[in-house]
Amino acid sequence: MANVGIVIVSHSPKIAEGAADMVRQMVGDSVPLAWTGGNPEGGLGTDVAAIIAAIDRAWSDAGVAVLVDLGGAETNSEMAIDMLDSSRREKVVVCEAPVVEGAVMAATEASGGATLDAVRRTAEELSPT
Amino acid sequence: MPKTNAVHTGSVLLTNDVGLHARPSVKLTQLAKRFGAHIEFALATAGPWVDAKSPVKVMRFKAARGETLHFRASGGDAVEALAAIVALVERGFVIEAEESSQPPQG
Repeated sequence: MANVGIVIVSHSPKIAEGAADMVRQMVGDSVPLAWTGGNPEGGLGTDVAAIIAAIDRAWSDAGVAVLVDLGGAETNSEMAIDMLDSSRREKVVVCEAPVVEGAVMAATEASGGATLDAVRRTAEELSPT
Repeated sequence: MPKTNAVHTGSVLLTNDVGLHARPSVKLTQLAKRFGAHIEFALATAGPWVDAKSPVKVMRFKAARGETLHFRASGGDAVEALAAIVALVERGFVIEAEESSQPPQG
């Protein structure tokens, strides 16, 4: 089965792209990866349609783990997941983890062929409990 | 996988400039995950031991150049896993695919 995909959602396109660069350089190309950031007007923010497109780009039948930064990034990601077909919806999760570190750790776990649940648990190990 | 309680050990000196930092940590974890064996490492044979397949635990582990990493592994492919991991550290965490495009590492 393919490796779990990773989606990075930040208010800032620079942060999202930079975090994706770190994943590519540190973890490699074995994990589907996409990023999105900024609102349609070019300012800071997140956009539901852009998040859905990013999930499509990083799609894996093993699932997709979404890493978000603050507030709207999380609610818009949840909204994007709700708008997916029911068969795909259950294969996408938002991780409660810091966006940069979480993306690298989740991708490292995913690169070893781990399940979506294991990928999420690894990302969430970073968060204080 | 054949069940075995035999624990195999190996140790290797960290010689790369940065020690076990971010990128080396990811490479170590990725390599460990290719094997079925249970693999742990520590800075001393008395421990504390860290799961080599845990990205977060390996990333939190601090080890500098000049320190020795001790590994122990058990399970069907423990011997192969140890050999591969010790070789990775000895190469300064340069993975084989990268090696072909770079000059040999002293």
